[in-house]
Amino acid sequence: MNSARQNTGLREPQRPEFEHELVDSGVIGDIERPLGFGERLLNNETFQRFMILFVLIVVWEAYARWLNNSLLFPSFSETVQTFLHDLGTGVLINRTITSLRTLAIGYAFGLAFAAVFTTLAVASGVGTRILSTLTAMFNPLPAIALLPLALIWFGLGTPSLVFVIIHSVLWAVALNTLIGFRSVPETLRMSGRNVGLKGARYVGLILIPAAFPSILAGLKIGWAFAWRTLVAAELVFGVSARSGGIGWYIFEARNDLDTPTVFSGLLTVILIGLVVESVIFRTIEARTVNLWGMQR
Amino acid sequence: MSPVLLEVNGVTLQYKTPRHLVTATYQVDFSVHQGDRYVILGPSGCGKSTLLKAVGGFMAPVEGSIRIRGREVAAPGPDRMMVFQEFEQLMPWKTVYQNVIFPMKVTRKFARAEAVERANAAIEKVKLSEFRDIYPHMLSGGMKMRVAIARAMALEPDILLMDEPFAALDALTRRSMQQELLSLWDQLRFTVLFVTHSIEEAILVGSRILVLSPHPGRVRAELDADSFNFSNIDQRKFGAMSKRIHGLLFGDEAHHAAERAHA
Repeated sequence: MNSARQNTGLREPQRPEFEHELVDSGVIGDIERPLGFGERLLNNETFQRFMILFVLIVVWEAYARWLNNSLLFPSFSETVQTFLHDLGTGVLINRTITSLRTLAIGYAFGLAFAAVFTTLAVASGVGTRILSTLTAMFNPLPAIALLPLALIWFGLGTPSLVFVIIHSVLWAVALNTLIGFRSVPETLRMSGRNVGLKGARYVGLILIPAAFPSILAGLKIGWAFAWRTLVAAELVFGVSARSGGIGWYIFEARNDLDTPTVFSGLLTVILIGLVVESVIFRTIEARTVNLWGMQR
Repeated sequence: MSPVLLEVNGVTLQYKTPRHLVTATYQVDFSVHQGDRYVILGPSGCGKSTLLKAVGGFMAPVEGSIRIRGREVAAPGPDRMMVFQEFEQLMPWKTVYQNVIFPMKVTRKFARAEAVERANAAIEKVKLSEFRDIYPHMLSGGMKMRVAIARAMALEPDILLMDEPFAALDALTRRSMQQELLSLWDQLRFTVLFVTHSIEEAILVGSRILVLSPHPGRVRAELDADSFNFSNIDQRKFGAMSKRIHGLLFGDEAHHAAERAHA
């Protein structure tokens, strides 16, 4: 045996070798174990969000009661009372619907224009330059600064509001979509072209889903800009014809020094923001980019 | 002898970087026959991936011609399915099954029912049936590669183009993928054009090996490797083949240096 080892040039191992039969894994016990109810609840995102809200409300209520001046800073309970009352009389609902209708029109037009611009930008190098120049110029321009101009062009009323909303949506969405398209990996593009995809089908079946995290981010920013712009614009020139929006509701209440109503208006603005963000966008995210592992 | 499927005649490929015009290959000739496992082997910078892209129709040669079944290659098409090195080639928004059926749906090469059947069969063949409805981000690198191969094969292209498909895998996975590719080939006898920079992989996987020289890529040799496989990987003639290719790639000097290092 020694001579055989010498022939192959191998030396005697200094430590003995060994091989094991594997132990049956049943002995080890559960490899996966469900977490307890408490632990799952604490890790639940919705639960955490509610806890944060709860703490904020407690702080608000405590401060307001300590201040004891409902003209300056009404308490949470007072605000909720006013909110529920105005909800009951239907004032708040009418105002909100007016605002949301205008918002929907503006948002839809903004997205349509953004689609046109990004299509042009994807199609050619010149289009890209046009879009990036326009975006660089107009994106930093506050929509509200265009309002006086809009009033001259379109008069008092919904068209002016729609105009400023389009402005606030368009650039954010277009810019994000373009960035998303640009960052689609070359390999993915090639595997799309490999099966013969071209033009609109290529954009629809490859580029848009591949760039979806960016597009969604753009939609979210666009939504927030639009909502903000709308409320601000309504505060500035108030009512059109018969019915005003939620901004007008706040403005009216401030003129009457009715601070709890102002707060109830602000609460409405915040609630709608929260619902859109954490219900609508969150659902879209969970069913798309999170499911696909494109975003954590 | 089986008929010629792909003919590459005097192909020179150039591409532009922002500062340079790079010549990737210079007047390369070769032809791939039906049922070949044709390997293009060369060090990095020999233009082998560029050559594969040209066959895929992603870039046009500045000189020479590429013909598949006698037709000039002008654009990418589903008759030449590509499998890339990167894992990003799968669509993250589609499940394994949806990824595999996607090319069949887009090209409408097969009727709906047949496409479903073919997709399931292809997934079965690469042993991923359990993962049929899983999204790619939950798969390992080797599994993603198997999905990409299943997707390409289900479409039944004239030729399968593989660009270093196993290069990003760990050594163990890589070895088992090579075995799987060979056993799939045993069943289906497809034609594959395979690019690699590993001499061992070329000898194992290939039935013919085209050896390219670097900067720019020119044909150094075309060798027959049909007799080599996993059963004779430890035999002397396998080693001799490997040394021969090494010599062709790096010249005799490097060859002797390698021998001295071994002694």
